[in-house]
Amino acid sequence: MSTVGTTLPREITIDRSLRGKRLDVPGLAFQLGLLACLFACLAFIVLLLATVFSDGLDVFKTRGFVLSQFPHELGRALDETSTFLVHPHGIPGWITSALALLGVPWGLFLAVRARRWRLVMGVVATIVVVFVIAGFIGTSSFLSGNVSSSADRAGVAQGIFGTLVLAFITALISFPLGVATAVFLEEYAPDNRLTRFVQLNIRNLAGVPSVVYGLLGLSIFVKLLSGATGGRTLIAGGLTLAILVLPIVIITSSEAIRAVPRSLREGGYGVGATQWEVTKTLVLPNAFSGILTGTILSLSRAIGETAPLLLVGAVLGFFTTGSADLFQKFTTSYTALPQIVFNWRGEAQTDFAINLTAAAIIVLLAITLLANLTAVLLRNRYEQRW
Amino acid sequence: MTALDPSTLGLEGDRRRVRRERRIRISFWVAGMSTLAISIAIIASLTANSVTFLSNIDLDTLLTFDKWAPRIGKFDIATLFVGSLMVSAIAMVIAIPLGLGAAVYLAEYAKPRVRRVLKPILEVLAGIPSIVLGFFAIAWIGPNIIVDLLHGPSDFSLATAGLGVGILVTPLVASVSEDAMRAVPYSLREASYGMGARRFTTVVRVVVPAAISGIVASLILAASRAIGETMVIALAGGAFGEAHFTTNPSDPGLTFTSALASLAAGTDQVAGGGGSDAGQAFNSLFFLGLVLFVLTLLLNMVGNFFVRRVREAY
Repeated sequence: MSTVGTTLPREITIDRSLRGKRLDVPGLAFQLGLLACLFACLAFIVLLLATVFSDGLDVFKTRGFVLSQFPHELGRALDETSTFLVHPHGIPGWITSALALLGVPWGLFLAVRARRWRLVMGVVATIVVVFVIAGFIGTSSFLSGNVSSSADRAGVAQGIFGTLVLAFITALISFPLGVATAVFLEEYAPDNRLTRFVQLNIRNLAGVPSVVYGLLGLSIFVKLLSGATGGRTLIAGGLTLAILVLPIVIITSSEAIRAVPRSLREGGYGVGATQWEVTKTLVLPNAFSGILTGTILSLSRAIGETAPLLLVGAVLGFFTTGSADLFQKFTTSYTALPQIVFNWRGEAQTDFAINLTAAAIIVLLAITLLANLTAVLLRNRYEQRW
Repeated sequence: MTALDPSTLGLEGDRRRVRRERRIRISFWVAGMSTLAISIAIIASLTANSVTFLSNIDLDTLLTFDKWAPRIGKFDIATLFVGSLMVSAIAMVIAIPLGLGAAVYLAEYAKPRVRRVLKPILEVLAGIPSIVLGFFAIAWIGPNIIVDLLHGPSDFSLATAGLGVGILVTPLVASVSEDAMRAVPYSLREASYGMGARRFTTVVRVVVPAAISGIVASLILAASRAIGETMVIALAGGAFGEAHFTTNPSDPGLTFTSALASLAAGTDQVAGGGGSDAGQAFNSLFFLGLVLFVLTLLLNMVGNFFVRRVREAY
């Protein structure tokens, strides 16, 4: 009974008879106190989930998935995709159609020829999963409905679309730029004052509050570059979020690149490779899982951000989605899931302020926690390979 | 930086390869410098509009201690400063014991298997969007803790927001200070045990002092995050658009960040339309942003200084 407070660390093995016989009261109390702190943290997660689910689950019960409609909705999703691809929507639409109709099969063909079966399976599985999810979303009037002033019809479809597109634009910009910067800092940059200043600057940028990035987006992307971005559009919002998460992508990518052992690089140089060849064939592939983890974590941060989007003009409240043309959706009004949560929370009716808000939070949490879980699992799988 | 410099070896090969290397080097350099451009853009856009704001108002009105109400031309910064201070202080009162306690337990007491399960769960808490915690603050903390337990007048107050922000920054404190404690070399602990010290003594007298700069860094970074946190306060702070000067945490109030967010949520103001007051309200956004930027920058620089000291120590 006296062992709890005086247990020695696992690294040291000492004969049991050397342990104290007296009960270590302050040590035991200290340990219990620490455990209480940890459990308080975990209790908050449980309480949070319990609160959200008890308020929001009703919405999914009454307006949730009608499984009998699933085949119909799946067919509709396939149908809409094919009409979108075949029907030319002006030049941008034409380009997306050509890319989708030729690019995906061509890429699959190349992958099959190179016997990259895991890649092929990954692409096919992704397409199947996307359509199945689209079908499921279609069967719920809450998930497939537009923002509305009536609590019976209000849904989060526009928010899901906006959030996913924002995440896509964010990844498209912050991933290449962030990785390139990390490669520059870790592989190319000389150890001089400028480099150290750039590193200091990145660390400071990572700590700048997100609202401040919203102000940056407002004055640069919405006002100054309104010709290119179209003002308060998904493009302006995506650019803002990309700049917001860029420091995080750079820092995590740098750490992943730094973890690649030096001997690997020296081996590369030893066989006559240039710096870029070493980076491309040895450093980046070995750092890739770390880079991917960091990028996914930063994307989940971007998905949950609300404040900067308030400033760069995501719509709060009712708006029409407009025509089905994907290109037009990028350049007209938009909203995102956190914006819907914020807006509904401010409504006077309990239906909106509590139930629908909680239901929208469940959707938001599902997306961000899924992203976080992927990142944590990826990291745990590839941790400490060297 | 750690790489060899192959150009000195005289083995670059043919010219096309050399030219490609140079092209790639230049594009990486441009990417690296883009972060400087972002900083310059932030500072430039914030200061330009702040200067317009400050030159168009009477500077005495910034410190009147009555109310922040930009739509009627009342710009009392003290209201927001005290609000921010109260929220961050309450947040740190929550985050310091909980975060440090969890960190010490995970770093020193938990078995590796337990740690492998609990650490990701804590990281999940860190990944919860702030607006969700804002909802939690109103739906659970407000009624259960502020009203029932502490007999506060309302669900919505600076105290509610402060508790919500506290839960938000706890994982940050826990994860940074846990890293700092795990970076303390095992030889120090072994020496302590060798002297016959208990685990409690070892933790309190050896490990924590050795990791103190990392622990301080985690607290400073958490404070900076708390000051910059927006949506929890915008939802749970109870004031929208304007707030009276108050030093009572159970009153509704605004902080720098929630004042920004609630001003932005009234879209007409942000567009800069309307009368002259509306235009001033638009410019005041950037002034608030500048104050916030400078505050968090100072805290982060101090925090990063401490983090660097941990790295250099061992």
